Amino acid sequence: MRVLIPSPLHDYTHAPRVDARGATLGALLDDLDRQFPGIRFRIVDEQGRIRRHMRCFIDGTQQFALDRPLNGVEEVVIVQALSGG
Amino acid sequence: MRPAHPVLFVATRKGAWLFHGDADRQRWRIDGPHFLGQIINDLVLDPRDGRTLLAAASTGHLGPTLMRSTDLGAHWHEAATPPAFAASADGSGRSVKHSFWLEPGPASEPGVWYAGTSPQGLFRSTDGGDTWSPFSCLNDDPQFREWMGSEQDGTPDGPKLHSIQIDPRDPQHLYIAMSGGGVHESTDGGRSFTPLLDGLAVVEGFPLDQPTFHDPHCVRLCPGLPDRLYQQNHCGIYRLDRPATRWQRIGENMPAEIGDIGFPLVLHPHDPDTLWVFPMNGDTVWPRTSPDGKPAAYRSCDGGATWQRQDAGLPTEQAWWTVKRQAMCADAERSPGLYLGTTSGEVWASRDEGTSWACLARHLPEIYAIHIGYPRA
Repeated sequence: MRVLIPSPLHDYTHAPRVDARGATLGALLDDLDRQFPGIRFRIVDEQGRIRRHMRCFIDGTQQFALDRPLNGVEEVVIVQALSGG
Repeated sequence: MRPAHPVLFVATRKGAWLFHGDADRQRWRIDGPHFLGQIINDLVLDPRDGRTLLAAASTGHLGPTLMRSTDLGAHWHEAATPPAFAASADGSGRSVKHSFWLEPGPASEPGVWYAGTSPQGLFRSTDGGDTWSPFSCLNDDPQFREWMGSEQDGTPDGPKLHSIQIDPRDPQHLYIAMSGGGVHESTDGGRSFTPLLDGLAVVEGFPLDQPTFHDPHCVRLCPGLPDRLYQQNHCGIYRLDRPATRWQRIGENMPAEIGDIGFPLVLHPHDPDTLWVFPMNGDTVWPRTSPDGKPAAYRSCDGGATWQRQDAGLPTEQAWWTVKRQAMCADAERSPGLYLGTTSGEVWASRDEGTSWACLARHLPEIYAIHIGYPRA
């Protein structure tokens, strides 16, 4: 599926949109990390929590659980929160 | 023999800069920014190989990381596994907000580095900073977790572990400091740590005997006299000569109108009786500015018995900056040069042990750390 990558992470992907696979949101992030080593830890902390200022949207809804299934999902949107002014 | 050309490594709130000096330390070529927009809390060249350069990087939003270079920043590579706490089974464990203090290991352990983080954590690498693991009992020990306090007990931008000091005679013997959480000593390679707080003051109203309320700002071990420690604390300047365990408040010898509050403390590389501090205003709401807007270093050449003001060349009025705990250093010359970076983004240098100062750069972002290094090809 397509994944929209926020600009602060383009140093990893060198593109605003990439393709990745996974049955869950966590598996998708694992696949991203396989393709772009280091990117997952910038999004998810060592306790498996999506970081405070990162957001993942699936079908227009924010998702915070890494075990969220991705059956039939075509696009996952990762954005950096607007905090900070 | 040490290579002739020093490099100043300047870490700031919005990136990093390298100042390449000539042999006389008179002309400096500025290289940067590196990592523009990223928060660089520390930037250290390995003195053992003169090549490995580590940068503690984060942003306001992304998770933290560590970057490595072996060609003075021409190319950077991200650490394969940056410092991270052990994952807890229920996901309730802590997460590293940023690495704060980078410390190369002793000469006898090439490739070993230590990192102190916010919140307080101690990490170790044995491969030149590429992979990091939690180190010692500190990170998860219930007693130490209690002593670390809560977010409310830490500094405004997060509680920190810092001042990792390793005895050059014995790598099993090390000291660490936590803000808050006090100073601690290990004699068994980090398997256990013991508080070292006797003689230190705390803010009035807090209990003296609880490490949580002790706030060491910067602890330094004398390279040529490893039994001597100096400390700039939230509540004064101290010296400790081991095997004694009681800190002596040498800051009481500072001028009363200046006081003995500050963040950095710099040691002479060859003379254990000489040190520098950079006092700041710690009154009432803690402005964290130079006292009266008149910045000055203070030097002692007798182990803290007497102090001399050193402000020639520095602004004489309306200068409301100060210097953070990692943002002042000395080089390794026989008559050492001093370097400091300010909270207003200026770099100042002295080639005569602080007697006079000259500004090397203005208008950088807020400076978090300055270190000197001597690169080898």
